[in-house]
Amino acid sequence: MKSSRSIAIAGLTALVVAGSLAACSADAGGDDGKLELRVATFPPGADQAAYDAFAEQEKQFEKANPDIDVVGLEYEWTAPTFAAQLAGGSLPDVFTVPFTDTKTLLENGQLMDVTDELQELGYSDKFNPIILDEVTGGDDRIYGFPRQAYANGLHYNRDLFEQAGLDPDNPPTTWDEVRAAAKTIAEKTGKAGYATMAAGNTGGWQLSVQADSRGASLQQANDDGSYTSTIDNDATKATLEYLHDLRWEDDSMGSTFDLDWGSINQEFAAGNLGMYTSGSDVYTALVRDFGMSPDIYGLTVIPTENGGGVLGGGDIAVMPPTLDDDIKAAAVKWIDWYYMQKLLNEDAAVADAKALSESDQAVGTPVLPVLDKETYLESQEWIAPYVNVPLDQMTGFTEGIFEQTPVGEFKGQTQPIYALMDNLVQAVLTDENADIDALLKQVDVDAQALLDQ
Amino acid sequence: MIERDAAAEALPRHPGPSKPSAAARRRRRTPVTWVRRGGLWNLAFLAPMLVVFGVFSWGPIAQAVVMSFQKTNLITPPVWVGLDNFARVLSDPNLGTAVLNTLYFAGLALVFGFPLPILMAVLMSEVRRGKGLYSALAYLPVVVPPVVAVLLWKVFYNASPDGVFNTVLGWVGIPPQPWLQSSVTAMPSLVIEATWAAAGGSIIIYLAALIAVPPELYDAAEVDGAGIWRKIWHVTLPQLRGILFIMLILQVIGTAQVFLEPYLFTGGGPNNSTLTVLLLIYRYAFQNSLGGDYGEATALSLMLAVFLGLLSWLYFKLTDRWSTN
Repeated sequence: MKSSRSIAIAGLTALVVAGSLAACSADAGGDDGKLELRVATFPPGADQAAYDAFAEQEKQFEKANPDIDVVGLEYEWTAPTFAAQLAGGSLPDVFTVPFTDTKTLLENGQLMDVTDELQELGYSDKFNPIILDEVTGGDDRIYGFPRQAYANGLHYNRDLFEQAGLDPDNPPTTWDEVRAAAKTIAEKTGKAGYATMAAGNTGGWQLSVQADSRGASLQQANDDGSYTSTIDNDATKATLEYLHDLRWEDDSMGSTFDLDWGSINQEFAAGNLGMYTSGSDVYTALVRDFGMSPDIYGLTVIPTENGGGVLGGGDIAVMPPTLDDDIKAAAVKWIDWYYMQKLLNEDAAVADAKALSESDQAVGTPVLPVLDKETYLESQEWIAPYVNVPLDQMTGFTEGIFEQTPVGEFKGQTQPIYALMDNLVQAVLTDENADIDALLKQVDVDAQALLDQ
Repeated sequence: MIERDAAAEALPRHPGPSKPSAAARRRRRTPVTWVRRGGLWNLAFLAPMLVVFGVFSWGPIAQAVVMSFQKTNLITPPVWVGLDNFARVLSDPNLGTAVLNTLYFAGLALVFGFPLPILMAVLMSEVRRGKGLYSALAYLPVVVPPVVAVLLWKVFYNASPDGVFNTVLGWVGIPPQPWLQSSVTAMPSLVIEATWAAAGGSIIIYLAALIAVPPELYDAAEVDGAGIWRKIWHVTLPQLRGILFIMLILQVIGTAQVFLEPYLFTGGGPNNSTLTVLLLIYRYAFQNSLGGDYGEATALSLMLAVFLGLLSWLYFKLTDRWSTN
């Protein structure tokens, strides 16, 4: 009896272990003979209407491509999870990556080469060359489809402007005016008049935006392919002093100084923040992911001085380099249909805008052209009847942006240097006696050490 | 000669049956006897654990040791770089900051976090009614998922005058504190939450140990005229000595690996004032490098593991006699 019971227990144990291990390696392939294509949809937090709109587009694509089964995955590209997911094979087959990280990823061999496919589709010559450069490697191969570009802008809360007695239709046009408005908002409403991101590398990103607008150049590309750090310059120092004064002299930056992209959007959408700088395309996320009321939103250009420009960015539709040829072909079809055709083709643009507007998703959020400017302006006319974002609250930006000088992000060790620059922003916002000269000098040395690696 | 022979005669020639020596037992243990004695069954029952530990624990540990000598991003083939990763980590100025911050966290946690559960447990053991209720209340923070607890405390630590803690301070006339928003107060704020979160588990262990203290000792002390504090000092603490030593080394190892609090509360800020060794390992592997520096991350992990291993060994060597006498 004892022996048979032992055998039964051992057998059961073996079955459980074998079952668990089998479950770990379960195949996720489609079972109806169709090719399963796993594509990124939205970052976590998107509302149901966004998924409804996506489902409609998915249906349209599958009708045109009956051999492909599109599976939408909630996904947001982040550096911490990317490499592990890539190695583990759990990345979507198609996802988007910010310009900031593209160069590093393609140089690490972590993105799929799509040069031939891009040329075959016939619109590679239509890309804005500055933007195409963002996805071109040192080997002159292209590793993704630029699908959207933006310029940084100054976002402001019209409601708080009104409460503070300011005119929301005449937003600040100089950094001094921004400071004065921030102080008024803080005094009259008790909310933070101005805030800036400071954590998760976004502090460095926005310090870079604000320093560039004052004429800074944070890095110099040398002819031999190396880079020289020039973070320690007058414009960066002026930016840090400006933030220090808003924080410590005016007390107009509230009491939270560790904001990142998500938390600053949350604060703004909740009506706790008067002004901040970020990408011009953030309106969509503010409404879709953070529940902002469109009525409170205002957007204008970032003030520029001393020959400064406005830092841009964007994202690129990419694939992991590990896809097989069939999935790669299907992924290219999806990228072309979902991301690119609406920029090039009137029917596709109208269908996309219609699907989005019927699901109450933002149509017409100000972006910059990834293709040539004529094609972009033409596409804006196609979708004009479906535009549902309050463009009249964004005229400061839409009327001023093409007058500003576009500036790209520095290319060497972008994210690690942004991480170093986070500390600069955190230091001036949390330490009244922060020695800005010494801090800048140290970060410059540390950045150069990274560039020399 | 005769005498010697006589002595030899005196010895028993046949000592009689005796147990075989250990060496002889080992010799007779062949694979066949191993199988006959149920060795296969032992292995079958061990197998699931061996597989799980091998795949999910020992395998990754061995792989991490290998990776510490490589440059890899998990996609392109790894390149052997010898001790480069170790050299780079040791020359990183952030390492000194991270080590000092970790020591600061460990020191604060030791000074404030270690005695508190002992005191609470002793006081609770003295309570005559509602002991179960107090135990449950003390253990409650352990039941709250750590991430949820940190996010809750992050709300409490709101630095505006309307923040929960600042409101409470305002009632007693203390001005609002910056909590996580200042490099001076950030680390103590982390320690307060960590102490709150961990105290419950320690209290339960101390309470269990206190039950094992023979009541006669207290009676004897009472007959000798000892008050409550003298009883604690002369009876309770010496009786808890063994468990105290274990809890102390566990706390040192735990605080040396503090990650959750700085990661979730501050991300290492403001200005690296809460950057700990484990957070630095995380940054090497994930935050700054887009997955390019697993080598540096595993090198620092290895150094930390060796350091903690040596520290534990030294600690047990030093305290072995004290804890058993």
